[in-house]
Amino acid sequence: MPEPQRTLGAAEVEQLVEREYAYGFVTDIETEVVPPGLSEDVIRLISEKKEEPQWLLDWRLKAYGMWQGMTEPNWAKVSYPQIDYDAISYYAAPKSAVADGPKSLDDIDPELRRTYEKLGIPLVEQQRLAGVAVDAVFDSVSVATTFKEKLAELGVIFCSFSEAVKEHPELVRKYLGTVVPHTDNFFASLNSAVFSDGSFVYVPKGVRCPMELSTYFRINASETGQFERTLIIADEGSYVSYLEGCTAPMRDENQLHAAVVELVALEDARIKYSTVQNWYPGDKNGVGGIYNFVTKRGKCAGARSHISWTQVETGSAITWKYPSCILLGDDSIGEFYSVALTANRQQADTGTKMIHIGRNTKSTIISKGISAGHGQNTYRGQVKVLPGASNARNFSQCDSLLIGPDSGAHTVPYIDVANPEAQLEHEASTSRIGEDQLFYCRQRGIDPEEAVSLIVNGFARDVLSELPMEFAVEAQKLLGVSLEGAVG
Amino acid sequence: MTPLLEISGLHVEVEGREILRGLDLEVPLGETHAVMGPNGSGKSTLAHVIAGREGYEITGGVIRYGGEDVSELEPEERARKGVFLAFQYPVEIPGVNNTYFLKAAINEIRKHRDQPELDAVDFLSLMRDRVKLLDFDEDLIRRPVNEGFSGGEKKRNEILQMTVLEPTLAVLDETDSGLDIDALRIVAEGVNRMRSPERSFLVITHYQRLLNHIVPDRVHVLQDGRIVESGGSDLALRLEAEGYTKAAAVTA
Ligand SMILES: Nc1ncnc2c1ncn2[C@@H]1O[C@H](COP(=O)(O)OP(=O)(O)OP(=O)(O)O)[C@@H](O)[C@H]1O
Ligand SMILES: [Mg+2]
Repeated sequence: MPEPQRTLGAAEVEQLVEREYAYGFVTDIETEVVPPGLSEDVIRLISEKKEEPQWLLDWRLKAYGMWQGMTEPNWAKVSYPQIDYDAISYYAAPKSAVADGPKSLDDIDPELRRTYEKLGIPLVEQQRLAGVAVDAVFDSVSVATTFKEKLAELGVIFCSFSEAVKEHPELVRKYLGTVVPHTDNFFASLNSAVFSDGSFVYVPKGVRCPMELSTYFRINASETGQFERTLIIADEGSYVSYLEGCTAPMRDENQLHAAVVELVALEDARIKYSTVQNWYPGDKNGVGGIYNFVTKRGKCAGARSHISWTQVETGSAITWKYPSCILLGDDSIGEFYSVALTANRQQADTGTKMIHIGRNTKSTIISKGISAGHGQNTYRGQVKVLPGASNARNFSQCDSLLIGPDSGAHTVPYIDVANPEAQLEHEASTSRIGEDQLFYCRQRGIDPEEAVSLIVNGFARDVLSELPMEFAVEAQKLLGVSLEGAVG
Repeated sequence: MTPLLEISGLHVEVEGREILRGLDLEVPLGETHAVMGPNGSGKSTLAHVIAGREGYEITGGVIRYGGEDVSELEPEERARKGVFLAFQYPVEIPGVNNTYFLKAAINEIRKHRDQPELDAVDFLSLMRDRVKLLDFDEDLIRRPVNEGFSGGEKKRNEILQMTVLEPTLAVLDETDSGLDIDALRIVAEGVNRMRSPERSFLVITHYQRLLNHIVPDRVHVLQDGRIVESGGSDLALRLEAEGYTKAAAVTA
């Protein structure tokens, strides 16, 4: 007879999910920090430091005005103490990085170079790394961008946002705020007012970007927030694959990260945007960790354009993030592939919005939530089909994996269809890592940690397979490491 | 010579309930023993406790494997010492490729024996060989572990794993139930081919049919948590004819 199922107890899980955060170190570097607090003066100061044109300062101030009249959203299934926006510093930069203007790769402060090396992101243009160009953002500034010249030969612009404002103001002005307006939501408006740095990408007509572009975000300074802004434009018939990674030191305080990412895909263009998010998640008891409130949206502006979001979210104390697609062009395609892992006291409320406007638009949503310990994981997604979107189609699949008795998974799908031809399919499942699965693996000689990692990676496979090869391995390891414990 | 597996006076509780109550069993190296017994008598419990499953509390007696008391060893440690359990109910691991899983397992085992890990090429050729021997469907080795496998396919997959991992002690828990006639013959041949002076089998079954193919050196009857009778392979025939109640009455 089948033996009665035994579920994993809290103590067993605690051991299995106990994690070590490998990127929690602090770089000791002289940093210029603007005193905490938010006001028009602070915004003027940031804009001045970046030597910005008047139109951009005006835009920031407009956003600030909006933000002052807004209240923090509270519909997400996350709970955290009130954030004191006047206790945060909105700008921090290593002195060596800003002194005497932008640096060539050879002139980077050795301390910064070492930091990125430790993070596994060497800031050199080595043959071995020839497939990936990196923009390294440290607190509020970009400290280096590799392979810029090589990309420029093809007309591909890949640089820090600040540099783009100086060198390509017409492009920035044309597209900034066209996907995520400065009025969009509380965190997006805050970002629009105070954003410091981030990456800018423009791929010209018909160009297939020959390497992966990536940005590595590092928070270092304490009591500061990071507010980066990324803008990617793929012109007609072009293709680009972009990846971002992020880490932060281990601290008892919570730090705010409120980014905005805008993607624009013109006719026949394709953007593949991947994220491996590993901000400091806080300790076992939920002390410290990053509050990650991020607005990401892509516009499939042209016919047959295609945007895919792939995210592996393993870090942050709180994740509030809904990478979305506006499917404006006829026959355009939006995709969202997500793995969100919450352990200990982490909370994630993440999902997507697919807004079908053009005809024959298609969207796919694959979400895999993994909750361990006291982790809480919510998928929140919306599929909206406007009246003109004849023949729109969506497929959604939301699966949850629970590890241990105290974790939680929630699925909140919203569906809003105003065209009778639309075809929508939704599947959902919830499962648990059973003691039986663990024992099965262990009986074959596999360590319990390795077994959990194997099971988790199997569960997330459909999403991991969407990542560019180089990063799939990395993400797989991360899902393993995040659950690595001290069983033995 | 000390037996490979030596269990004496074993008492085991599951969730506070005593399932094994003073069980004695010896399996010498190189021999194949069968265990038969009614539903719920404790056969799978015995199999799990040999493999070291958590939640099975040994309240008395001892399990020796290769002369060593293994009661305190973790399941993976026993596996690496050559203990293999073919599950009565093999578990599904969604999304984990069967080949990948088995490669991870064999390399864990090899690592702990200070043997070099097998690279992808060597492993695949080993795998292909075993797949052919067992007439296993090639498609199944590329699918996730047991996910959506039929009952018989799962059982066959257990035997495939066994032939790849080459254990010293293989405990087969009702591997025959769910197999069609051809599959039963193939699985039995696979087991017979592996029988050697360096390897022992403990075959749990309800049916004499399997023992026609895998002729055991000894047959034990497990009832109410104890071995109540042991004999040669003819004991299985008698059980088939008379049933457990009568057989037990004889010993009582
Ligand atoms: N985890 C458990 N919790 C409670 N009782 C259990 C558990 N595992 C086994 N048992 C009980 O122990 C007894 C022996 O079970 P076991 O699975 O060992 O029997 P079996 O001889 O293998 O039976 P079958 O021939 O049906 O496979 C049964 O009464 C069963 O209900
Ligand atoms: Mg059984």
